[in-house]
Amino acid sequence: MLDFVVRPFASAGRGTVRILGSVGRAWILFAGTAGALRHPGIWGPQLVPQLARIGVASVPIALFIATFTGIVMSLQASYTLTGTIPLYFVGALVGKTMMLELGPVLTGLTLAGRVGANISAELGTMRVTEQVDALETLAYDPLAYLVVPRVIAGIVMFPIVVLLAMTVGIVSGWLTALQLLDMSSPEFVKGLRLLFEPWDVWFAVIKSVSFGAIVTGVGCFYGLQTERGAEGVGRSATQTVVIASMIILCLDAFWAATLL
Amino acid sequence: MSIRIVELHKAFGPKEVLRGFSLEVRVGATVAIVGPSGSGKSVLLKHLVGLMRPDMGSVLVDGESVPDLGRQDLARFRRRVGYVFQFAALFDSMTIAENVGMGLKRLPGWSADRIDHRVQECLSLVDLEGMGERYPSQLSGGQKKRAGLARAIAASPKYLLYDEPTTGLDPVTTSVIDELILRMRDELGVTGLVVTHDMTSAFRVADRITLLHEGKARFTGTPAEVRAARDDVLRGFVEGDPGLYYGLQGRGDHGP
Repeated sequence: MLDFVVRPFASAGRGTVRILGSVGRAWILFAGTAGALRHPGIWGPQLVPQLARIGVASVPIALFIATFTGIVMSLQASYTLTGTIPLYFVGALVGKTMMLELGPVLTGLTLAGRVGANISAELGTMRVTEQVDALETLAYDPLAYLVVPRVIAGIVMFPIVVLLAMTVGIVSGWLTALQLLDMSSPEFVKGLRLLFEPWDVWFAVIKSVSFGAIVTGVGCFYGLQTERGAEGVGRSATQTVVIASMIILCLDAFWAATLL
Repeated sequence: MSIRIVELHKAFGPKEVLRGFSLEVRVGATVAIVGPSGSGKSVLLKHLVGLMRPDMGSVLVDGESVPDLGRQDLARFRRRVGYVFQFAALFDSMTIAENVGMGLKRLPGWSADRIDHRVQECLSLVDLEGMGERYPSQLSGGQKKRAGLARAIAASPKYLLYDEPTTGLDPVTTSVIDELILRMRDELGVTGLVVTHDMTSAFRVADRITLLHEGKARFTGTPAEVRAARDDVLRGFVEGDPGLYYGLQGRGDHGP
């Protein structure tokens, strides 16, 4: 009877301790990473390879998704905008949604899978095979060598990939409007310019910088905490994708509430 | 004394792995710490390079308290210590030469040419000449261990810590690794600490042997003293007799 009463409290207590523990470890990682910026001699040579792996290698998948998002947006806009609403609003809708929401968020979620899981699995494997310990014994700070270049690469490359994805999405929407909706280019561009604000681009850049930091940071966090072999590596990769995706959606709402 | 471990305690949750382990290692000696798998030998070794912090007790190397070293002092201290990992822990995205030269890049005043020369020297010392451009996945288990040893000695450390250097190797390769450990002591003059459960290897390479049992140093002596010892737990471990080893453990008999 007593056990029945105590168990939910004990469970809630363990959950709270676990969450607080994770928050504490994340804070330690953040502080340590900020401190490790003082060692450019360690992270500097790793930066260019990470820019290529995190950014350049992500371009194809980001553009693939953006292309089809642009096509679908264009078709759905024309389907929705019937009656009194002029068809050139298709351009306005495609441009606005690609810049404000779909470009950054869809790319962010995609890269949470591609980049986040990759970082987590790589660092997790290094952790369980003692390569991270080996780095330390060779007088390398693992945060400077492994975390700093990845997070910087995420912060630098996510906005670039997102801007490319936004552009390709809008262009694919435009081509769809020309080919399938009997719209002319001037009509589409008229709609595109109608609601365009330069701030929309900055909004997308700010969002994607934060997504880049989160995806790479969460990947490093779970990767470096990996335990218990291959199963642990798989669990870390899954946790990274889930948690990074959730934080991206929360941040998306946060930026919309604070910046728009 | 070059290494001094005093009353070291370490627990992981409710499991107490080290319960007051003490050991002293003289300069130039090679000491083997033996004990069954899971007895805390690797945990002990990690305390010596600051990869783990003790719950209680002290770890002194050259009079410096390792757990109390700050981040920068610890990095400087680690340049004096080479660590040979159980499964080599080679960086799998790098060639063997890059692995061996990795620690040297952190040393001030080392040019690329000097690093390259030293890498070839170390590879030659462990009989891996011409293997520098291979990747770890292209090496056998014994070759990986030798590459790990080459990496550990590259910066000419004063101390070498070996974590199960012969585990999983065939008898011939085990002898080759044992010979290398002896060469490190005799030719380079390093102080060695070898963690192993391979008694043949321990007898071959060690000046002194310590049995780690129930978190403490149960017996320490020369190989001859170990062979002559009357301690049943030690005899049980050396002879591979579970009756002797676990029988006494169950009754809590801890006689010398």
